[in-house]
Amino acid sequence: MSGNMNITLKVWRQKNKDDRGRFETYPVQGVSPDMSFLEMFDVLNERLINEGKEPVAFDHDCREGICGMCSMYINGRPHGPLQGVTTCQLHMRSFKTNDTIVVEPWRAKAFPVIKDLAVDRSSFDRIMSAGGFISVNTGNAQDANATPIGKEDADTAFAAAMCIGCGACVAACKNASAMLFVSAKISQFALLPQGQPERKSRVSKMVAQMDAEGFGSCTNTGACEAECPKGISLSNIARMNRDYINAQFTSQQM
Amino acid sequence: MSWFSKMLGSSIGQKLIMGVTGLFLISFLVVHCGINALIFMNDGGQTFNKGAEFMGTNWLIRTMEIVLFAGLLLHIIKGYSLTRQNLNKRPVEYAVSAANKNSKWYSRSMGLLGTLLLIFLIIHLKHFWITSRFTDQITGGHITLYEEMKIIFSELWVVVLYMLSMISLGYHLLHGFQSAFQTLGLNHKRYTPLIKNTGVIFSILFPLLFALMPLVMYLGIIK
Ligand code: SF4
Ligand code: FES
Repeated sequence: MSGNMNITLKVWRQKNKDDRGRFETYPVQGVSPDMSFLEMFDVLNERLINEGKEPVAFDHDCREGICGMCSMYINGRPHGPLQGVTTCQLHMRSFKTNDTIVVEPWRAKAFPVIKDLAVDRSSFDRIMSAGGFISVNTGNAQDANATPIGKEDADTAFAAAMCIGCGACVAACKNASAMLFVSAKISQFALLPQGQPERKSRVSKMVAQMDAEGFGSCTNTGACEAECPKGISLSNIARMNRDYINAQFTSQQM
Repeated sequence: MSWFSKMLGSSIGQKLIMGVTGLFLISFLVVHCGINALIFMNDGGQTFNKGAEFMGTNWLIRTMEIVLFAGLLLHIIKGYSLTRQNLNKRPVEYAVSAANKNSKWYSRSMGLLGTLLLIFLIIHLKHFWITSRFTDQITGGHITLYEEMKIIFSELWVVVLYMLSMISLGYHLLHGFQSAFQTLGLNHKRYTPLIKNTGVIFSILFPLLFALMPLVMYLGIIK
């Protein structure tokens, strides 16, 4: 097939969380430039299965940039060389034939490797259950216009709610800090009227859980914002800092 | 006060300590640079010595000196412990890293730049602070700070060291200045560009002025 590419993959292989792990090198031939990065892995895995070998474990689900599962650290960058895309949205045309591509799992104390490229991101879930919600009674849906919300606030909240919890921010940060993620999840409520009743307790609890999970602290390098596939802004971290300081100083709890 | 210490112990609280002490140290730089710039009067150190005399005897300044040392120590100790803590958050390093694609090297090297500054500070304090505060005890006679400056800056290695250290200071400030405001939660469409630009001007202007001082003395431009 003309126009197809031959590449060399250096992939992190690790049997389980206790295994030390190592890189394995796989040549992959006849890769279409129009394949997504994950489809290229599918080709490799099919071959490995046919050869009776263990396929490379990697997380994926939607394959259209909305679920946040496809965590791959490609040539030193989360989700590869493009900005504003996830691994599943990255195409092989972003590489050249005969390239060697190094693929590693997210590296963070709070994201232990489960197997190969798949990491355990349940620390994010625990941060969410600590406060990433609003408490309302279920029942009939309210009339949409019952609570007026300013357009700018709605837009900023929505931009924060774009976060898909992929963890690229943690993967990119030299401190493995989760502050971009947590601040996005705080901001999506802090900007809306529905988020106000629990605003202070939410930020306190979520930050406490984030610290307990073993994420680092932010030194404002901006790597997270640059690598985030959803363009989550650093201004969310400033809002979280503001809310946190305010919550600690004005909380009624002793 | 348990809520207070709990807050300062959290990840955000520790950053807060770095930011607040950092801004405080920046304010000191302005005063320090202002007084020192009096040597550019080129009057044989007359005006400068008056300024130094005032700084050495005024009770408010002397009290602030203690606060300054406390702030400096806090900044150093917290910075060191934060850097160590953060290093532990990624037990297995990446084999390939393209960090220069997503962030500036100096923003990732604040610990290193800070350490260089600490080494400089120790030498600097020995050169001038000890001399200016205890000069009579050491020399037995009175030597003005200006004369002391001339003696110390007559050595080439000292001049080079000071100038290199000011480059470290420049980069440390280039990240630190705007970073402190972000940590304090001050990020606003209208003001953040202003803060960032001020930070850039600040980190060029002050280290440059400081670096010029040993240079002009060494070259004898200022007598
Ligand atoms: S902030 Fe961006 S990089 Fe971090 S989890 Fe959300 S979408 Fe992913
Ligand atoms: S697989 Fe869902 S975002 Fe990539």
